[in-house]
Order: sequence, then C-alpha cells, then structure tokens
Amino acid sequence: MTSPDRAAGAIVADGLGKRYGAKWALRDCSFAIPQGRVCGLVGANGAGKTTLLRMLSGLSRPTTGRAEVAGQTPRDAVEYLGEIGYLAQDVPLYRRWSVTDHLRMGAHLNPRWEDTAGRERLRALRIPLEQKVGTLSGGQRAQVALALALAKQPHVLMLDEPVAALDPLARRGFLSTLSEAVADGELTVILSSHLVADLERVCDHVIVLSDAQTLLADDLDDVLATHRLLTGPRRDTAAIERDHTVLRIEKTHRQVSMWVQLHGPLHDPNWHVEELGLEEIMLAYLGLGSAAPVEPELSEAAR
Amino acid sequence: MITFHLTAHSNLPPYLQIVEQVRQALLAGVLRPGDRLPTVKEVVGSLAINPNTVLKAYRDLEREGLVEGRQGVGTFVTRRPDGPSPSDQAALRRALATWVAKAQRAGLADGDIESMVRSVLVSTADEGVA
Repeated sequence: MTSPDRAAGAIVADGLGKRYGAKWALRDCSFAIPQGRVCGLVGANGAGKTTLLRMLSGLSRPTTGRAEVAGQTPRDAVEYLGEIGYLAQDVPLYRRWSVTDHLRMGAHLNPRWEDTAGRERLRALRIPLEQKVGTLSGGQRAQVALALALAKQPHVLMLDEPVAALDPLARRGFLSTLSEAVADGELTVILSSHLVADLERVCDHVIVLSDAQTLLADDLDDVLATHRLLTGPRRDTAAIERDHTVLRIEKTHRQVSMWVQLHGPLHDPNWHVEELGLEEIMLAYLGLGSAAPVEPELSEAAR
Repeated sequence: MITFHLTAHSNLPPYLQIVEQVRQALLAGVLRPGDRLPTVKEVVGSLAINPNTVLKAYRDLEREGLVEGRQGVGTFVTRRPDGPSPSDQAALRRALATWVAKAQRAGLADGDIESMVRSVLVSTADEGVA
C-alpha cells in the first residue's frame, strides 16, 4: 500500500499527538525525515521522545494526527512490524538464551531475515555466540540487539537511547556498526540520545522536543548554518528580533548576547558573530521554556 | 592508504577536516595520483560518523579536481592541489602583516585580532549562503 506522502519522507508525522489522561505527552508534532537520513531525537527527560518512538513503532496509538513510516501507518501488525526495527530503551533480549538462540528465533519469525553479516560482525567483535545473553557485557548486549534489528533488513530503524548505558568505547563501537549499516543501503534511522556530541557525528537530521512540543526538525547542515551567537554592546535588539528568531537573550548593563536562528543575511556589521555547535544550539532551544536570565542591575552595580 | 582522524577541538566541521587531511597528505606526498582513498564504509566504520559526511568531503575534493570517483571501484587521487602561486601567497601575507601591525598600533591584542578575523570569516560566509 503506497500513499502519496511516501515521496515526502521515510518517516512522516502530521499533527501527531498523544494524551495520557489530562496530560499531553506529545502535541501537534509534524516533520518529514527523508529516506537514508540518520535523525537524532533530542530533548529533556519527559519531553516526549519515547512517546514519539512508541507511536512510530506501532506500539502506541496516537490521540491525534497520523504517522507514516516506510509508506505504512504504524500499527501492531506483522505486515508493518516486518518492515521496521525498534530497540526499546531496556535492550529487550532473553537473558537465558544464547545469541544463537536469538538468531534462530529471528530467522523463524522474519521472512527477510539475513544474519550472515551480523554473525560475522559479532564474531569479529569476539562476542561468544553460544553464551547466554545475560552473561554478556552491556556493550556486547547492545551489539547483539543491533545485529538482530539489522538482520530483519528493516527499511526504518528506531532506537530509544541505545547508547545511554554504554562506556565510551562500547558507544563508539555501537555507532560504528550503525553508521556502516547506513552506508550499506537505504536504511533510515531515528535515534534518541542525550549525548549530543555523538549525535553530531552520526546524524544528518535532527528533531528537538521540549515539553511535548516540536521546536526544530531539519537537516543538521541547515541547523548549523542558520544558528549564530551574536554579541555586542547593549542596544536596541528590535531589528534582530523582527528579522530573525531569538532563542535566548542575555543582557547585562553593557552587553547583549543573543542565540539566534537567522532567516536571512545579517545586515548590521556591528554584531560579533560566532558559529554554534549542536550542543550549544540544543541548550538554547531547551532553555526556551524557562525565563530568559536577565542579569539584575544590582549585581552589575555591585561589581 | 591513509586513515582519517576527527577532533572536537578543530574549528573545522568534520567533512572539512577530512578534506584538509586529504590535501595535507597530497601536499606531503603521502598520497599520490592513482592512489585509492578509503571507501565510505571504511571511513564510517572507523570514525563512527554519518556516511554523508564522507560523501560530502569526497564530493568537495572531486569538485576541486583532486580526486575522481569511479562507479563501483572507488575514489582515486588525480593530482596534487595547487594553491595560490608562491608570489600571490607572499603578497597576501605582506598585506595581512601590514593590517596586523595597524591593528596592534590601535591597541588590539593577539586574541582580539584572531576573534575579529574569525567573526569576519563567519559573517562573509553567511552572506555568501543567504
């Protein structure tokens, strides 16, 4: 079943929302992730990341709006689940089964199962295939879970905080495997993480959630090219606020600093302009909800 | 064959770090015409980065005429990079030295000058894009 939206992206959300009782976990979320992208999903705890991933994976029904993943509406059905890979936060493996047991079950349940590459990779990583999964290290378990998800040959892979519990070396190994899989074919990935430095390496698309709202959804290159830190002597900022989006502003008696999303060239040459890394951009967005810290006049005078 | 490294402390984005490392290897003679660059998958696997970052770097090098992608075979070095002629470079350097001396006379410290240069580079790049 192909729908007209398919050309717009491998993962599309249109006004997607989820309410638990009176509280919205995610509200009016819209974006389109083109095929082949690796999308980083960032936001504070409780921002709605897991809620979004659960809806995209078909495990949870949206209250409003709709999603489309690999040309289908996410749902709890074999025709859909066979097309995607989903790794929940708690690495869902059977601790008393061996790696081989898992591979056998995967082959039994999935018609397009292809585990040769995964087996070879796990062997290269010296992960003992006959050992019970419960006795493996966290990094090894994560690699096993990823190998199983990739062996399904999914069109879209969804990972909820896949590297949060891993040490730096295991994290790098996991992300190498993931990036290699993306280099191989047409796989589209969405993964949530708090580790922005990792995301900046492996992602080329980014979605920022805060307080159930979608603040940003764009290609990483565009995000980096349009966000700047402007600093200068304190003066009227109305022109900047009119032409661009000011995410955060800090004023002292004498100086203004503004974290800005530019919507065109900056005409005023008097601002000192600096590029921003993804981490600084995220912080500017995630601080949006809280009141802008304006240094009180008193502290300035007291110096 | 060469390997690439990325540092978080570089002022350059990852794809430009790769471009720069290929150029340096070419200038130093570590890479020569006819040599094959690592495949996208090899680079991605060793650095844990997005494949598009490597593709973008290789496309940049291709546009400069330094390498050539051959379908299904790989990316190969075609020639050494040519910067501005030594005399042009010397002239630019003299002009910069004059400007730096002027800035120092006006009271700017080295750090101030560096940050001014960086700011001008960023804003001219923005005008070019927008």
